[in-house]
Amino acid sequence: MQADLNVILPEIVISVYALAALLLTAYTGKDKMAGMLTWLTAAILVAMALWLSTSGVGTRTAFGGMFNDDAFARFAKVVTLVSAAAVMVMGQEYMARRGLLRFEYPLLIALAAVGMMMMVSAGDLMALYMGLELQSLALYVVASLRRDSVKSTEAGLKYFVLGALSSGLLLYGASLTYGYTGTTLFSGIIASAEGQAPIGLLIGIVFVISGLAFKVSAVPFHMWTPDVYQGAPTPITAFFATAPKMAAMGLFARVVHDAYGGVVQDWQQVVAVLSLLSMFLGGVAAIGQRDIKRLMAYSSIAHMGYALMGLAAGTVFGVQAMLIYMVIYITMNVGTFAFILSMERDGQPVTDIVSLNMYSKAHPGRALAMLILLFSLAGVPPLLGFFGKLYVLRAAYEGGLVWLAVAGVIASVIGAFYYLRIVYYMYFGEDQEPLETGKSPVQWGFLMASAALMLLGIVNMFGIEGMAQAAATTLVN
Amino acid sequence: MDNLLSITTFIPAIAAAILAIFLRGEDAAAQRNAKWVALIATTLTFVVSVFILVGFDPNDTGFQFVEEREWLLGLKYKMGVDGISVLFVMLTTFIMPLTIAASWNVTSRVKEYMIAFLVLETLMLGVFMALDLVLFYLFFEAGLIPMFLIIGIWGGKERIYASFKFFLYTFFGSVLMLVAMVAMFAEAGTTDIPTLMTHEFAFESFSLLGIQIVGGMQTLMFIAFFASFAVKMPMWPVHTWLPDAHVQAPTAGSVVLAAILLKMGGYGFLRFSLPMFPVGAEVMTPLVLWMSAIAIVYTSLVALAQEDMKKLIAYSSVAHMGYVTMGIFAANQQGIDGAIFQMISHGFISGALFLIVGVIYDRMHTRDIDAYGGLVNRMPAYALIFMLFTMANVGLPGTSGFIGEFLTLVGIFQVNTWVAAVATSGVILSAAYALWLYRRVVLGELVKESLKSITDMTGRERAIFAPLVVMTLLLGVYPSLVTDVTGPAVEALIGNYETALSEAGAANDVAQVAE
Repeated sequence: MQADLNVILPEIVISVYALAALLLTAYTGKDKMAGMLTWLTAAILVAMALWLSTSGVGTRTAFGGMFNDDAFARFAKVVTLVSAAAVMVMGQEYMARRGLLRFEYPLLIALAAVGMMMMVSAGDLMALYMGLELQSLALYVVASLRRDSVKSTEAGLKYFVLGALSSGLLLYGASLTYGYTGTTLFSGIIASAEGQAPIGLLIGIVFVISGLAFKVSAVPFHMWTPDVYQGAPTPITAFFATAPKMAAMGLFARVVHDAYGGVVQDWQQVVAVLSLLSMFLGGVAAIGQRDIKRLMAYSSIAHMGYALMGLAAGTVFGVQAMLIYMVIYITMNVGTFAFILSMERDGQPVTDIVSLNMYSKAHPGRALAMLILLFSLAGVPPLLGFFGKLYVLRAAYEGGLVWLAVAGVIASVIGAFYYLRIVYYMYFGEDQEPLETGKSPVQWGFLMASAALMLLGIVNMFGIEGMAQAAATTLVN
Repeated sequence: MDNLLSITTFIPAIAAAILAIFLRGEDAAAQRNAKWVALIATTLTFVVSVFILVGFDPNDTGFQFVEEREWLLGLKYKMGVDGISVLFVMLTTFIMPLTIAASWNVTSRVKEYMIAFLVLETLMLGVFMALDLVLFYLFFEAGLIPMFLIIGIWGGKERIYASFKFFLYTFFGSVLMLVAMVAMFAEAGTTDIPTLMTHEFAFESFSLLGIQIVGGMQTLMFIAFFASFAVKMPMWPVHTWLPDAHVQAPTAGSVVLAAILLKMGGYGFLRFSLPMFPVGAEVMTPLVLWMSAIAIVYTSLVALAQEDMKKLIAYSSVAHMGYVTMGIFAANQQGIDGAIFQMISHGFISGALFLIVGVIYDRMHTRDIDAYGGLVNRMPAYALIFMLFTMANVGLPGTSGFIGEFLTLVGIFQVNTWVAAVATSGVILSAAYALWLYRRVVLGELVKESLKSITDMTGRERAIFAPLVVMTLLLGVYPSLVTDVTGPAVEALIGNYETALSEAGAANDVAQVAE
């Protein structure tokens, strides 16, 4: 028991902190402490990330194999925690000025973080579901944090209803898997499902993947994404676009390799089709968008398509490529949302991309940083976004999915168009009264840092490559 | 000086970074500083690159000045030059100071303008020096970003359409090449260009979706690379982005586009298509040759009908690039030597022609041919320089234009007489459109009111043209300057190409006997 608790110590620390802070704020100053709590929560998340990245060695399991602590889980957790902390810190000023900074916000994020850590460590279908629901419930509430806004509550409700549906699908798939293998433990499932999967298990796999596809917002389970992205307050959208995506993708990889690793052929096609549809729909549907938050929603759908392309390869290198892609994607999105957070006029947030007309004249530095991020999102060399695409393309090619690689590059051309359109407004548009940029130096810092990483990362990617490889090796046997 | 190539490549980028970080403000002093920094940086790059040429040994057919470092994903940062690429490096460093000098009158957003051109120079030099597939792709594609901005920000009326068309067209062309590169990486296990040149990619025919692919993998890879280079070149029928981009780009942008960026396509054929996929190249040669011949005749005819000077010159560029592809795929010494010569010479001539248009555009703000006439009366120096480059464009003996066209035609005649016959008729057509343009703009009476007060070229403008005039005439009377450098490398290239083909032929014979 003691040993088991040691393994989940980081999760315990965050949970205890969240509950204690909840009690404290309920009895005392309430929202007055929210600013301080945000910073404190971020600090604790980062501290846990540091702890995980320095202390963790080897592979440990707890609770009879229901919880894994391995290099893969640690990699995904560190990325999740750091991005959650980053997004929280950079949105703090935005929330405070609009009276949205309630004490529940940082605490809900902390609890969602525990759920996400649970997800990527899951070694059992039950543990998987627990983590997923803990994360989702926290996110449903966060999405509708702006109680008096119709859009925000609508976003929360939509997210909840569709999320519940997807959980249902996932549970159904899990029960079929249990029925055909006689166990919920991943190690048991992989032992009994080898070679040709029975038809019932196959249906189970498809349902589980459908549930997971909803969480990563892969087409055709993406419908909630644009509405939730647009309706939720921008800092929350930024959060949705980053940490939960990493966690869900980590969980996806965990399930298909740890539980269904013996029947790669059977799920590979499903994931490949999800990837194909996401890349194309994400690219095509974004073309008509004028709202930058909706546009980023479609952009994230397309990016999930590329990440799934790595996963679809079904190899160690594929998982490595997926992890690298996700890290790059999250770094780009943190910077992009720092920029979106800073877009305002007369103190009101603006999300229409037309309002960016001639932004570069008024704010050349920020415009240049955003230019770099946009080209990186489009996957144009020499920026880091290109290397993400290169990794997944190579993984797909070596995994025998040449058609998917070809489709992927064609979709990237379609995608380039709408990123270019933002560049067009910023640099070639008509003169108008320029946007203000907000006053937060934190946002400026994140924007600049993210752009600099996209440019400097091409030297050696800061060693992410080796870590991702180690993580992928422990996952795929 | 172990890393002379890296130094040459990154001087402009460093200057761009300095401008981006340290230069503030938009006042006259800041603008002047930006221009001077850019001019000094590009000139310095040229001076350094001269050391490359001086230290270059033409008789060594391998790569020289090689630098190598480990990089991501098993890739390498590897740079080097051989007889084929060294002259393109020189062409780039030679043209860039002239384009900066030609942009002296730019007034809007000067700092960004200079940064874009400096970054572009680094990327162009990188293309010609990279010896790693992905590194090459990186430089090749990244060039789209500054060029997209140059057309979009400082371009003419239709600049938005032109910049999007330019970007998406060339981006689409290149992504298929990326897939082929990934495939090569997976097949050969390396992205090292010299190693890949000796690697034999599979060429067993197979059928895909019911279509028999002769030459197998090699043909598919060749097509993927071809898609990219043909768009870049540009070859008929994927040339349509070029006239739009040229017309809308600012003068300096057109010069860089015509003089250097177009050469990347031809360079790509020589560096990748012929040496790496010889069987694929042989399968596709007839198609490429006929496309070139059609390009020469068709675009010359289109050029005849143009009302806009820049568009006319743009179409004439497409026609001249037709000689280049024709020469390359003739795959003999004269053909390829001629193709490289034609590219270098076209760099000077087309660059000069766009500058010539720029001179009067700066004064009259129109490129309509009808708006001019009789300029010789008020601009004698201009008329002289215009005439020289018109003749060079036509391919008059004594100018560099002649050598390139003649060599490629000699090369192709040995391979395919019919293509040679069609292409030769293009020479007549090019004389027709170039001379007619000259007559309409420069000769005749000066009747238009608006032109009565036009002034001749300034000292700065004359100084820009002087080096171009010298190079055009020098190469015209002493072509060995180029062919001595390229000759041995081209000979080695053709030797390898023919060896690979005969081996492949032998392998195919064996396979047929076995069946």
